[in-house]
Amino acid sequence: MSAGRGPVLLRLAGVSRTHGHGDIAVHALRDVDLDVRIGELVAVMGPSGSGKSTLLNIAGGLDTPTSGTVTLAGSELSALDLRGRARLRRRSVGYVFQDFNLIPALTAAENVSLPRELDGIGSRAARREALEALADVGIDDLADRFPDEMSGGQQQRVAIARALAGPRRLILADEPTGALDSVTGEDVMRVLRARVDAGAAGLLVTHEARFAAWADRTIFLRDGVVVDTTGERPEADVLLAERF
Amino acid sequence: MSVRNGLLALLAEQPMHGYQLRQEFERRTGSTWPLNIGQVYTTLHRLVRDGLAEPVPAQGAGTEDDVERFRLTGAGAAEVAAWWAQPVHRGVPARDELAIKIALAVTAPMVDVTGVIRAQRTETLRSLHDYTRLKLEVPTREDLAWSLVLDSLVFAAEAEVRWLDHIEARIARAAHSHGASFFGAGAAAGAGADAEATDGAARTAPATQPPDKNAEASR
Repeated sequence: MSAGRGPVLLRLAGVSRTHGHGDIAVHALRDVDLDVRIGELVAVMGPSGSGKSTLLNIAGGLDTPTSGTVTLAGSELSALDLRGRARLRRRSVGYVFQDFNLIPALTAAENVSLPRELDGIGSRAARREALEALADVGIDDLADRFPDEMSGGQQQRVAIARALAGPRRLILADEPTGALDSVTGEDVMRVLRARVDAGAAGLLVTHEARFAAWADRTIFLRDGVVVDTTGERPEADVLLAERF
Repeated sequence: MSVRNGLLALLAEQPMHGYQLRQEFERRTGSTWPLNIGQVYTTLHRLVRDGLAEPVPAQGAGTEDDVERFRLTGAGAAEVAAWWAQPVHRGVPARDELAIKIALAVTAPMVDVTGVIRAQRTETLRSLHDYTRLKLEVPTREDLAWSLVLDSLVFAAEAEVRWLDHIEARIARAAHSHGASFFGAGAAAGAGADAEATDGAARTAPATQPPDKNAEASR
């Protein structure tokens, strides 16, 4: 699962995010450095309020850092205007949530193809891509089912297919196994792992070490600071960088 | 106990000799708990002594079947049935080096407990990662028994990580309310503070600074 790691797709350099000012300032993230490469799945763990969600939102361009830079697919987000950032986000990033967030009135294939149609590609091309993406997660036979006709695990596979349809290469997963039983959760992790190995990059927020263990490495946040990182590429300087 | 019961369970399937038993035990449990052959024969002889197993009478002299095989007695079969029927006894916890180490660390005067916990968590997560990697290499349906053993290791490691998270939070809270020096050099003690800790000066210093109020508010 470590072979074939590619170029850096997402880079956070010295990222801090502060809400409010002065005495009431809340430091959601403090001086976080993080690279995620193609072929790499990085897990983020930490207690509630440690900055996990902020990290994910900043990585996906939904929130902007107070200081530091975010570089996504070669473009520095702060250098783009709002529209440019939205375009980059749509083309590069897919999200997976705990509660699947599929549109109930659309079939699996339509859920996957919708964002691509919004990208401006034709509906036939979008459908073809959707079927490929569904095949990649092993459920192309369910293409015409509606979300309520699928199990939780199947819905989450649709969400993973949607996140990586078309040219998208960065998948941001926020507790993707949170609503699933342990066996189904593991199946979803296998799918996520396989999709990353096939050429995507993933950032996975989870509070379960068992699922974080599917990642190449795990970073720990506490009060917005990376306090520890485990995995194949231990960075000793990060371990010593703790500041309170 | 697990070797004894494991061998009994295997003998219930068919008579076997020692090497066969060892091979079968390791194959069925993914070689997670390797047995040496001496251990197998010692156990077998105890089973025979206790009337639970017996040597299979030789079929006739001069056959190739000259290695002694063993089979269960009626009492042995009853023992196996009882083993399947009853839960594994969890009454008396096995001595756990980690639990002992943490218990001593919180009461020892100059130990960075948080450091001990974090180092352990890194190590436990590393093994969790390794087990998961092994799982990835074992297609589930092909070797169910082995993947179940891996699951057991995975869940045990996960439980240990959760326990470590839990006690880290409890220690931080206790340090906050009792005064940090009680718990020795805490989270704020970096690598450089380790040397100072030996002279006792670090004990009187506030080891764990109060949690950031602002960060607290965001929870």
